Amino acid sequence: MTLTLDAPRIVTTHPLVQVRNVSKSYGPVQALRDVSALAYPGEVLGIVGESGSGKSTLLRMMNLEETPDTGSYTLDLPDVSGNLFDLDRFARRMLCATCIGIVYQNPHLGLLMKHSSSGNVAERLLVAGERSFATLRAKASAALEASEFPLDRLDAPPIELSGGMQQRVQLAKAIALEPALLLLDEPTTGLDVSVQALVLDTLKRLQQERRITMVIVSHDLGVIRTLADRVMVMRGGAVVEAGLTDQIFQDPQHAYTQQLVHAKL
Amino acid sequence: MTPVLDIEGLSKGFTLHHLGNQIAAFNDISFQVAAGEFVLLKGSNGAGKSTLLRTLYRSYLPQAGIIRFHSDHGPIDLARAADIDITHLRRTEIGFVTQFLQARPRVSAEAIVAEPLRLHGVPAEAALTRARAALATFGVKQDLWKAYPTTFSGGEQQKVNLARALILPQKLLLLDEPTASLDATARAALVSRLAELKAAGTALIGVFHHPGDVEKLIDRVVDLTPEITQTEERMDVDI
Repeated sequence: MTLTLDAPRIVTTHPLVQVRNVSKSYGPVQALRDVSALAYPGEVLGIVGESGSGKSTLLRMMNLEETPDTGSYTLDLPDVSGNLFDLDRFARRMLCATCIGIVYQNPHLGLLMKHSSSGNVAERLLVAGERSFATLRAKASAALEASEFPLDRLDAPPIELSGGMQQRVQLAKAIALEPALLLLDEPTTGLDVSVQALVLDTLKRLQQERRITMVIVSHDLGVIRTLADRVMVMRGGAVVEAGLTDQIFQDPQHAYTQQLVHAKL
Repeated sequence: MTPVLDIEGLSKGFTLHHLGNQIAAFNDISFQVAAGEFVLLKGSNGAGKSTLLRTLYRSYLPQAGIIRFHSDHGPIDLARAADIDITHLRRTEIGFVTQFLQARPRVSAEAIVAEPLRLHGVPAEAALTRARAALATFGVKQDLWKAYPTTFSGGEQQKVNLARALILPQKLLLLDEPTASLDATARAALVSRLAELKAAGTALIGVFHHPGDVEKLIDRVVDLTPEITQTEERMDVDI
């Protein structure tokens, strides 16, 4: 038994991200059930849940890689309007290149493994229309530097790099165009604990310096606790609970969230 | 007196699903706090003192009642305010002080202390200058200012934490046993900083294991022990 929360009264800016009533089935499997999510400008939204909870599907939809059966998605940005799921392929590609950055758990999904690291970042800029070689190189280096990638390895292809470095290349590519929205799908899963801490620290610093709105999906509660302002808990394709990060961890309401929080070491 | 907080009929309990039961923390609490007032929460262990502080900060969701906070944007009920409004108020008007520092890898002591000022829009250099002064006041040696507090001893971390938590004057400050395990210098610095904030109009609500530390600042005591008369006026306060 808890109280119903009011609509925002002090913060009157519109949410940057609004996903409304999204449902999606793959054959007999319902991956998302009437899911809604909001993120305000500069906010970090964490999405937790076990494998198959639908959290990564939701993130792929925010990156316009998939279209739901029903539901809408809007971004409150200049020159962006309407339900983004209605855009054609070309418009989606342009919007993703200029407004949305993504870092995948598996670097193979986000990078050309045999091209140079700086080339991987520059490709993003090319898609957005940048043609001057000098500008490409300079912007790519700046993004890699912001991601704390060692600049003496600019020409190394990701396949020769460690997992932590590959994530930095992905991150550099994602932030090269200063996107309004950064999506992170298990960005530290599979990395050593020490490397994990460094990547988290880089993300935290970028978020504070640039006030990028982030949506981060992870089953690692420590990652979510470190980065997120607000948390959404998913299970079986539906949202079971959402709230301020400290509230979700200290006073979880739903039986499943309590189980999840208490299972954390 | 300018009101800061009106609490009416506030109740909190926890539902433990795996045990299938309810644990009551406190029930039907009401009291007011005005600007510049210091309220001490009293009660035996388990009476719900820390739970009440966390409920006011909304780390815990209350089950019934009203927490009317007179914010710069007008009165707002913290029991029902949207998460994004709570986030905003925590950054600008409501502070929470514990004895534990949430240190982050590779962030220096002075940067951690300066962070609330930075988030409030104070330029980097000015924020650092004030952060260093605060660290000095709490007795953190200059050699440590640029070091990472993750490696500090518990006592030193606590000083960094207090310097950070008290650097930005706020309208409402919640204190959860901030003096526990502090040395005498740091304790004196804390008490004088609290007196300064109180004089400047901050409303303070605190839980102290040894209230003697802050005795001179206390205006009122709210006793959370069930079945006890709730408040007692303190007329002997000379602040």
